[in-house]
Amino acid sequence: MTQKIMIEQVTRIEGHAKVSIILNDDGGVQDAQVHVTQVRGFEKFVQGRPFYEMPSLTARTCGICPVSHLIASSKACDQILAVRVPPTAIALRRIINLGQIIQSHALNFFYLSSPDLLLGMDGDPVKRNMFGMLDKHPQIVRDGVRLRQFGQQVIERLANKRIHPAWIVPGGVASPLEAATRDQILSEIPEVLTIINRTLDWYKKSLNNYQEYIRTFANFPSLFMGLVTKEGRLEHYHGNLRVITARGSMLADQLAPDEYESFIGEAVEPYTYLKSPYYKPLGYTDGMYRVGPLARLNVASECGTPQADQELAEFHCLDKGAVLSSFHYHYARLIEILYGIERIQQLLNEPDILSENVRAHASVNNYEGIGVSEAPRGTLFHHYKVNEDGIIQSANLIIASGNNNLAMNKGVLQAARYYVHPDKLTEGMLNRVEAVIRAFDPCLACSTHADGHMALQVELFAPDGSLLDSLNRE
Amino acid sequence: MKKETKKDKKLRLATIWLDGCSGCHMSFLDIDERLLLLADKVDVVFSPLVDVKEFPEDVDITLVEGALGSEEDLHKLMKIRSRTKTLVAFGDCAITANIPSMRNPFGTEEVLNYVYLQMGADNPQIPTQGVPPLMKRALPLHNYVKVDVFIPGCPPSADTIFFALSELIEGRTPDLSTLTRFGA
Repeated sequence: MTQKIMIEQVTRIEGHAKVSIILNDDGGVQDAQVHVTQVRGFEKFVQGRPFYEMPSLTARTCGICPVSHLIASSKACDQILAVRVPPTAIALRRIINLGQIIQSHALNFFYLSSPDLLLGMDGDPVKRNMFGMLDKHPQIVRDGVRLRQFGQQVIERLANKRIHPAWIVPGGVASPLEAATRDQILSEIPEVLTIINRTLDWYKKSLNNYQEYIRTFANFPSLFMGLVTKEGRLEHYHGNLRVITARGSMLADQLAPDEYESFIGEAVEPYTYLKSPYYKPLGYTDGMYRVGPLARLNVASECGTPQADQELAEFHCLDKGAVLSSFHYHYARLIEILYGIERIQQLLNEPDILSENVRAHASVNNYEGIGVSEAPRGTLFHHYKVNEDGIIQSANLIIASGNNNLAMNKGVLQAARYYVHPDKLTEGMLNRVEAVIRAFDPCLACSTHADGHMALQVELFAPDGSLLDSLNRE
Repeated sequence: MKKETKKDKKLRLATIWLDGCSGCHMSFLDIDERLLLLADKVDVVFSPLVDVKEFPEDVDITLVEGALGSEEDLHKLMKIRSRTKTLVAFGDCAITANIPSMRNPFGTEEVLNYVYLQMGADNPQIPTQGVPPLMKRALPLHNYVKVDVFIPGCPPSADTIFFALSELIEGRTPDLSTLTRFGA
């Protein structure tokens, strides 16, 4: 009966995701559910399309991380062609992927999350946004705009378009890098390094103010998964998967991404269009794992760039085992921005980076392709089967944000139990529950290959399903 | 003290995404530091970027990204239309239903059956609790409401968006014929 009440409420709310908080007989919080409320059905409607359309089509899954889909999709298509992608093309794909990660992390940290951190969880909801920060924190707003701009410009300079560029293609990339473009990006590196270091400085100093959130924002044991290099370093493009336990010990290492079906299962829950992946050997739902910046820094032994390695060493000291609080996704995002900038600089200075050999051509040589990469929010899987003409027969996408679905639901429950006082909802309580979700940074569009942005309606239900209270911000 | 004239009053701008990918909103953010100029001229009264939850009354300009995919989208659009002076179909999905409409030839039911029942996930079932039913077909905005301005593009470029907004703020209808196109 809950369902009916909620749909009726939908007419006067805004937002594609909702949270239900279900009470027990004593008036305490029994359960919480995050509803992601749209689905577009990419996996169905791509059937019958030629495989070479897939990068451009699946990029439209998400306007925030289209490059991530272009990368994973093109990698799946590389396997269908059965070609060896030229090394320079791989380096260029790595650069654009890092540009994507920088801009997406800057979007979350500065545009979406920092209003909570700087204006307060109980700040005036009308002003608690990036425009409202202009009065008190203009420099931080400008820093955020600049960092996101830098990431977007890396994409634009390589691919001629910031959003949904058509430059990453099966077999490589469409055009080589110009020397002038390389020099332009390199010339801006010192400025953006200064900005991210300035940001890390103030953020680390303010961590003490956030102890309560660190303790209560999805702070619980779970597995963590991410790509690593053969040496166990941070990796966003190739590599194999590593899974660690909450204590930080290795559960599985160097899992081949191509065999993901043997160790990742997906389940459907009735209350959300977003599926719930889990680590198969531990079953559903014990196989709950987290991905994304927090998980990547937890599984990686080092970054491989000097400044980020120093930050990572400090980060690893936050907890005895793995860093468990999802509040630390924020911190992890900042370290990954630093890493991304340093790594782009390294890659641009590689001797062959201007090589004109950037694309391998072939027709269909394999009937199956699997492309896996690290998107800003975590591990992204594209899996296609084609016929001899290269027409898509089936496709499966496991989206980065989806991997976190179980943990995000559990995190919302944890925060609801801590902050929600069922006798009366307050706006600040609502905002704290939302802030947990913001920490996970679920993709505003990717989830279930639909959009589900995170302007939330929170409703309280009694055990019989009747609506007790709801909160709108007017 | 200077009396506030109509010209000094900040316009009320809203933005929303329905069934889209948020790419048009990201392209809007790509106006970068010009966001700060814009903040001098308009109040963003409703948007995925701000915390206001209820679509307000008396909005001057609303950018609507995305197609109509679910019944919830349609309810929202009706409310937006009744509360907005200038409604802008923002990007190709809003104008043609674009990517979301690719499900139409299969039919919504077949898509849901495939994704949730046939793909081999555990607990196969079609989610119905707390999630809005999908419309039979994904459709563009003008199927249901009067649209005042169309900004094509997938997404429209940041420059196009900034130009269009600047013109609208000055009370003019932007001429976008040389600036953007479908699929741009």
